[in-house]
Amino acid sequence: MSSVEATPIVRRTALNAVHRQMGAKMVEFNGWDMPVEYPASLGGGIIAEHMAVRTGVGIFDVSHMGDIRLAGPQALAAVQHISMNDASRLALGQAQYSALLYAAGTFVDDVIVHRLAENEYLLVINAGTREKDFNWVRDNTRQFDCAVENLSDDFTQIAIQGPKAVNLLQKLTDADLSAVKFYWVTRGRLCGLENILMGRTGYTAEDGFEVYIPADEAISARVWNEILAAGKQFGVVPCGLGARNTLRLEGKLPLYGHEISDTINVWEAGLDRFCKMEKIEFVGRAALEQAKATGVKRVLVGLEMTERGIARDGYKVLDAGGREIGYVTSGSPAPFLKKNIALAYVPIEHSVVGTKVRVEVRGQGVGAVVVPTPFYKRPTKRGFAGS
Amino acid sequence: MAYPTDRKYTKEHEWIKVNGASATAGITDYAQESLGDIVFVETPKVGAELAAGKPFGTVESVKAVSDLFAPASGTVTEVNGKLATAPEKVNKDPHGAWMVKFTLKNPGELDALLSAADYEKFVAEEAGH
Repeated sequence: MSSVEATPIVRRTALNAVHRQMGAKMVEFNGWDMPVEYPASLGGGIIAEHMAVRTGVGIFDVSHMGDIRLAGPQALAAVQHISMNDASRLALGQAQYSALLYAAGTFVDDVIVHRLAENEYLLVINAGTREKDFNWVRDNTRQFDCAVENLSDDFTQIAIQGPKAVNLLQKLTDADLSAVKFYWVTRGRLCGLENILMGRTGYTAEDGFEVYIPADEAISARVWNEILAAGKQFGVVPCGLGARNTLRLEGKLPLYGHEISDTINVWEAGLDRFCKMEKIEFVGRAALEQAKATGVKRVLVGLEMTERGIARDGYKVLDAGGREIGYVTSGSPAPFLKKNIALAYVPIEHSVVGTKVRVEVRGQGVGAVVVPTPFYKRPTKRGFAGS
Repeated sequence: MAYPTDRKYTKEHEWIKVNGASATAGITDYAQESLGDIVFVETPKVGAELAAGKPFGTVESVKAVSDLFAPASGTVTEVNGKLATAPEKVNKDPHGAWMVKFTLKNPGELDALLSAADYEKFVAEEAGH
């Protein structure tokens, strides 16, 4: 080999030693050394972790996620320019799902935009796109009177997810969590730490919170352990990236590099309702207008396997006659639904619910059908069904 | 985990137990532990030919797809049909939940496989690595 391979530097969250001590199975994910699942002796295993979040509560270390702060007199104008949702609708303490787009209308990344103060916004971004996102945000906001800061290394981010998440977290904070609606944030004392940001957000298609504490190893370990201890009465289970993936797949929440990427546009991904074309201007808008006029050729659909076999990321989708028509972006057994499900891009004429297709599994076309999505929708309670 | 000494092991984490001219094969505790929750086992049909070291089936966990490699050559005489509907048995009892039974074509192939003690040493190195 003539080329010199760069040695990848594997990054670790402040909770890395805690995960290892708990006996978690560790994997490399987007350059991070992360837990994929915990041992059965702690209630773990992907299926058990998944079920804990659907029926009780689970906690995840999601510190690999990145954070970008935009603050200054023109912060709103800057956020409006770089994101497809309408940040002007955000009240103080409110958050929204959005995306950063290239001029082509394809994805830089999907993000959660939080409005923390009058002129201060926090974008929570994906692990694998941290540097790319930060550089892109900085380069595309130079014309605004607004400071852009990369706070990605400042926080340990812990997600507490599941129908019992609110009960668990309430034991550890003075903030009134019952007053925090889905996709809103609050601040309060958490495990003795003052002024901690807590958002009612997540990536599991379940109710839950994400808390942002200082990325100090001792503090992070203490809070993680206090959450586990406080959650004992609710059967809390530590959860890894394996369950995080199956949970988000059941809820059809997109994963960068799979359902969304720099070659997939907003209409194809079916994220229309988070893209506010009534905004006069944002990066990607013109191309999206053009794409809409031209017509969308392929769309993301949900598939359920009707024959024995599991669709996996990258597998080919075939029409009933065996002709290749598309590909699977994410596929897995769905532990709660107890079905084998997948998300796939197919031509629009094959996207109608009930359309029979085949997925090529080890050279064999295995039967599947287009089904409504999301595959899983959590039972609504007191009106926060989420968006 | 102590590995049963009544059988031999491959570096691909299968076990093989010989009884005269026939053999039974499955995957090891280390294999099921690395895969996690097993949700799918695909075995060849009765009568299929196995070639030592070549894939003969597939085992899938929630997260991963893994080939099964034949510990020795031979002809399949029986497959464990229970695993089609209860693949989790492999997690619960890997050394009991066999996958195929077959007649050995060349028993001499077994000499190349690992003893329980050698396999244990091998996985300790893999795990520590």
